[in-house]
Amino acid sequence: MDTSTSIVGRGNRDGARLFREWFDGLKQAAEREERAAYVFVMGSLNEILKSFDIPVTFPEITSLQLAVRREAHEYLQVAEDQGYSPDICGYVKADVAVQLMNGEHPMGRIPKPSMAVYTNACNTYVKWAEIWERMYGIPIFTLDVPGHRQLGIHTRPGDEQFESDRRYVETQIRELIPLCEKVTGRAFDIDRLRETMAHANTMSRSWARILELNASHPSVFNALTDGTIYLGVANALRGTEAGARYFQDLVEEMELKVASGIGTLTEEKHRLAFVGVPCYPIFRRFNEMFAEWGGTFVLSTYLWFASGGSNRGYEYDLVDPIRSLSEGLLLGVRDAMDSMFDQTTMIEESLDGFGIDGVVYHPIKSCRTVSTGLADSRRALLQERDVATLFIESDMMDRRVVSEAQLKNRIDAFFEGLVSRKRHVVAGGR
Amino acid sequence: MAYAAGVDVGSTQTKAAIVDEAGRIVARSLTDTGANVVQAAENAFAMALDDGKLREEEVEYVIGTGYGRYRVTFGNDQVTEISCHARGAVHLFPKTQTVVDMGGQDTKAIRVAPTGEVLDFCMNDKCAAGTGRFLGAAAAALGIPLDELGPRALASTRPVKISTTCTVFAESEVLSWLGKGKKIEDILWGVHVSIALRSAGLMQRVGIDDEVTFTGGVSRNPAVVEALEQRIQKKLNVSEECHYLGAVGAALFALDHILASRAGHPVEGVK
Repeated sequence: MDTSTSIVGRGNRDGARLFREWFDGLKQAAEREERAAYVFVMGSLNEILKSFDIPVTFPEITSLQLAVRREAHEYLQVAEDQGYSPDICGYVKADVAVQLMNGEHPMGRIPKPSMAVYTNACNTYVKWAEIWERMYGIPIFTLDVPGHRQLGIHTRPGDEQFESDRRYVETQIRELIPLCEKVTGRAFDIDRLRETMAHANTMSRSWARILELNASHPSVFNALTDGTIYLGVANALRGTEAGARYFQDLVEEMELKVASGIGTLTEEKHRLAFVGVPCYPIFRRFNEMFAEWGGTFVLSTYLWFASGGSNRGYEYDLVDPIRSLSEGLLLGVRDAMDSMFDQTTMIEESLDGFGIDGVVYHPIKSCRTVSTGLADSRRALLQERDVATLFIESDMMDRRVVSEAQLKNRIDAFFEGLVSRKRHVVAGGR
Repeated sequence: MAYAAGVDVGSTQTKAAIVDEAGRIVARSLTDTGANVVQAAENAFAMALDDGKLREEEVEYVIGTGYGRYRVTFGNDQVTEISCHARGAVHLFPKTQTVVDMGGQDTKAIRVAPTGEVLDFCMNDKCAAGTGRFLGAAAAALGIPLDELGPRALASTRPVKISTTCTVFAESEVLSWLGKGKKIEDILWGVHVSIALRSAGLMQRVGIDDEVTFTGGVSRNPAVVEALEQRIQKKLNVSEECHYLGAVGAALFALDHILASRAGHPVEGVK
């Protein structure tokens, strides 16, 4: 095999392997009756937790894996039988069922929590952690990250208001450290923190580069399918050497694909942006309905907010790690919130650079946090730019509200319009 | 003379239309879809051929549309009903800018270009509220034939307000108003206003332009037309043909294929 092309596909292979190994590690911890910190993708604080060698579980990820494996409905039913409403977050309900079933999960047993650490990036995080607090009597730690105070006005490091907010976050991080010491019985080691932060720096730098490389024609990865694999590693292995190396390798692979013109489809006809959370119950099929028309996702807001804002490539200053961690967390979580609630400007700025033909808005029933404003976001984008858009609804977990026939009908109509629109552009009609 | 046909297999009814080379509608048909979708498509096509006194071999190209478009087994291609209603509406009313299509199980709002191209669209999702099925539920609850609903609703003098848009709950709300002694006509007008509110909301999402064309089976109901016009404060384009415009649009797409083939540059496959 030609060595220059042998690395093509490595990211997906290694990503799947690392993800599996991470799950195996959790399974082994559970079998030893060890506990894990429960964290979330938007502000996981993996850097601190990894410095204490605390195993980390992402309940959002374990829940979505149930949907991808088409087993979520059984777990949702267990939670609904306990009185949880069909209208609340599907991730929460699947996790509650996992807890009620003693950690049973198709990828291996999930350890019970030793503590929960989370930000306010998602309002559900707080109530979700309270469930574990009641179930297990564990400490839970809410890290309150102030959002932007005015729409469109973003303060940056050095600005007085930003510094005030950063100090507020730093104070909370300093409160988290003794809690970790108490839970683990180990003393905090600032040099160990520097190590995990250095690995996170490599990952963030690489992640930003990878996202940027997808502006090439043809695009080098599918932001919906391949991107989700990368995202799994970005979260689970953040702050580790293996995670950092994986992302360095991924940059190498993507740069090679750009240089060689290797794309994701035989013929890339339509370049799309995805806004929202994927449809995990029919994850592959959902993408196929676009790929059948030669459509591929070159950009996804999910890769922004579900990577905790690390998409911006922020790198910590290791000379003053806690101060820098607070700055990075404030910037990252704010960026994640903006990608969910106020992504119109970000999308608009990417349209030309990424050569986007259409924007697909995908609100989901069981996450109103990320979905509520999407109809207005679409309208706001259309006021600024004449771009094709598609608005389709389904769910991230619950197959009862996923109708493939309805989705396909709308997707087909979207492409019919897009093809016609391009034909008129070629004919000089627009 | 060559002909082109469109067969629109909807959730409730199947429609077929045939156009000649000039795009004139020369035949049309309507039948219930029922459980056998393939048979319904075949029946509708055969009925349209009868209506136009045409032989099957005279029809050069057939396009299937609607939810059952892939079950039009004798068709040459498929196009979604969203594109077909847009095309049909602009064909019949060339100044059309917004299309509202109300069928048995879904309602669509479509913004169209002067060419009939779809610029934007929105549909009801996973719920039949504000669709023809909503009227069907009210008709069943009141024991009135579907085609009498509109005229009787227009005779209302003291309308009631139907607060639910849920097709299932509407039935119990209708019965509760009957229990309170309200006149059937007044309840019916409330049902029609409820549909109009829901549909107007959908239309707002794509933008309501000056020229609005109402298509689909529900466009035959004069009370829905009246309620919708009151709600959006615009006169709607409606005609007898509007029920068939999905099939007409499909037939026009089929005609594109015939004419482009003759010109030596067939319409390129889009997939």
